[in-house]
Amino acid sequence: MVEQTIQSRSDGKRVITKKPELLAPAGNLEKLKIAVRYGADAVFIGGRDFGLRSNADNFSTEEMAEGVQFANNYGAHIYVTTNIFAHNENMDGLEEYLADLERVGVKGIIVADPMIIETCKQAAPKLEVHLSTQQSLSNWQAVKFWKEEGLDRVVLAREVGLQEMLEMKRNVDIEIETFIHGAMCISYSGRCVLSNHMTARDSNRGGCCQSCRWDYFLYEEKSNDGKNVEENALFDEEDAPFAMSPKDLNLIEAIPKLVEAGIDSLKVEGRMKSIHYVATVVSVYRKVIDAYCADPDNFKINPEWVNELAKCANRPTAPAFFENTPGHEEQLFRNHSQKTTFDFAGVVLDYDEGSGIVTLQQRNYFKPGDQIEFFGPEIMNFNQRVGKIWDEDGKELDAARHPLQIVRFKVEKPVNPHNMMRKELT
Amino acid sequence: MMNKPELLVTPTSVSDVSPLLDAGATAIMIGEETYGLRLAGEFNREDVEKATALAHERGAKVYVAMNALFHNDTLPLLPDYIKFLKQISVDAIVFGDPAVLLNVKEHAPNMSLHWNTETTATNWYTANYWGRKGATRAVLARELNMDAIVEIKEAAEVEIEVQVHGMTCMFQSKRMLIGNYMAFQGKDLKVQGKRKDRTLILHDPERNAKYPIWEDKNGTHIMSPKDMCIIDELEEMIDTGVDSFKIEGIQKDIQYLTEITGLYREAIDLYVENPELYQEKKDQFFEKVKSIQPSNRELDTGFFFKETVY
Repeated sequence: MVEQTIQSRSDGKRVITKKPELLAPAGNLEKLKIAVRYGADAVFIGGRDFGLRSNADNFSTEEMAEGVQFANNYGAHIYVTTNIFAHNENMDGLEEYLADLERVGVKGIIVADPMIIETCKQAAPKLEVHLSTQQSLSNWQAVKFWKEEGLDRVVLAREVGLQEMLEMKRNVDIEIETFIHGAMCISYSGRCVLSNHMTARDSNRGGCCQSCRWDYFLYEEKSNDGKNVEENALFDEEDAPFAMSPKDLNLIEAIPKLVEAGIDSLKVEGRMKSIHYVATVVSVYRKVIDAYCADPDNFKINPEWVNELAKCANRPTAPAFFENTPGHEEQLFRNHSQKTTFDFAGVVLDYDEGSGIVTLQQRNYFKPGDQIEFFGPEIMNFNQRVGKIWDEDGKELDAARHPLQIVRFKVEKPVNPHNMMRKELT
Repeated sequence: MMNKPELLVTPTSVSDVSPLLDAGATAIMIGEETYGLRLAGEFNREDVEKATALAHERGAKVYVAMNALFHNDTLPLLPDYIKFLKQISVDAIVFGDPAVLLNVKEHAPNMSLHWNTETTATNWYTANYWGRKGATRAVLARELNMDAIVEIKEAAEVEIEVQVHGMTCMFQSKRMLIGNYMAFQGKDLKVQGKRKDRTLILHDPERNAKYPIWEDKNGTHIMSPKDMCIIDELEEMIDTGVDSFKIEGIQKDIQYLTEITGLYREAIDLYVENPELYQEKKDQFFEKVKSIQPSNRELDTGFFFKETVY
């Protein structure tokens, strides 16, 4: 049942007839707008309740309404995560909440618990229902089950590879969404309660404290009588501790295969991440998808795209389960993060063509002489050194020190509002 | 008089079945790794058949685990295994993946189904949802407290099973995390399938906790650092009519399991027949359990009296 996503024309050229949705995360309204401006076709957000990531800012109903309006003006859609595994007490207020989402024009919800699926069908029947990766959906018959339950889309388990996706597409006519970029669980999502045991925080209701990223020590226990036990260390003193920290997912190289497989939505993880991350990742994947779909026969991965993704990475990346079960090369030992090479430094508010002066909102410390880079959806990246910096009143500054401070300085090429500036770290 | 809950135990081998039934178990759950998760022992088809015959002779129930997370490649195996279980008349199939539900409906439509996803069975509405899809029982998440369990039982249209004793699963990954660690260290350690003669633990120095860990066909599993035991807290769940109490046999030997089963049998019977006397004797039951605990497995009450935040 794979829809024809690629056709051959009479001149032998192949044409992509179905472009996948690029789905971006947003932890607040500012990030939502950035995601849309930088090229996301859809954005997923969390409300105040019923979603995971209880530490994210999350949206009020009014903010959701504004986000939906903004996105719709660009032809983009908003989905809301309601993917907790609910406990009895979490049922209160659910119907009203879902009805509110429907009323403000949210397109769909991402759900794990059948309680919320069923409640949504009653209380907000116009909302699309997408099955969350928390259900660890791993085979085509389970996909078929959820299709028959009336779901519009399924998000696959992160353990599903390309061949398995193709088989699902062949067997079931349903939209498939899969992760292409970002941090992920090393467990089957939904099947890990390390946080519950170690810190009394419920991982399946948004309390995950990422115990998988901690260090442990591996021992072997032996007992001769079943009662008294001795332990032998399975590591030497100089060895790295046992760890279960996965590298972040990065499927930039796999985009052509995903497009040809007819996958409907390509999802970027990261509702907790900065606007810099959202802008960088979305703009890169926007370019990759567009370039491939425009001319699949002559498509090549531009090394600059790969570099660009690395500029906002806080961990090394890997393709995870896309082709194979990942080995130790796709895990992190000792250091669970990587040194960042760039800092997000500011957002462009305005640009004066006559003087070539940018007005910028500061997001991180920078000073004259710093090596910086501007990027944005409609400009080519460019680098320069910071010259003299002035504040709003024209007073010269020795540095842009204060978060959200408005500063001005001369830029070497034109920029536009909402373009971003990052600073190279030395 | 109130009903006695079923006492369900997971044997480690066929030879465990008779002693456990002698000790008072009224049901067993068994299975093999290809289909079931974290089993106390590996039971091939012949073993399942033998165990079923032994249990049925004594009027006890047999449930077979098919609660793995299946990928496409295993789906073709499901119909034949289900037909086999139907043929030998096991009493229920334990499932988590909807693929099993669809296959059972097709190949053994009269077979009872127990919904057991472990961590995600957290509210009565969803238990009843799986009931409408064909499940006759829901096995509750171990991360629920007593109030939540009672509320679920009161609103449930399916039987409710609750684990009362033993270790619980905290984590399952499809990755081979122990093997990966050893490969990273450049060390050779055959880790898969060694659960019986080699017990690996993760030490968490910050909490000074030790978590059993192993690898099998289903990936890497990490278990709770303590054994839950609520032999002295059974009143509320029996009063509310919880249908099945489970004793988990993973990483326990038959001598321990038999004694524990016997103690729970005595405790349940005593509470149902003479609640006052149970009140007097319940601390003694707990002390007896404590006296046979392995030195590396402390007891706690799981999440029964614990608040989790999020």
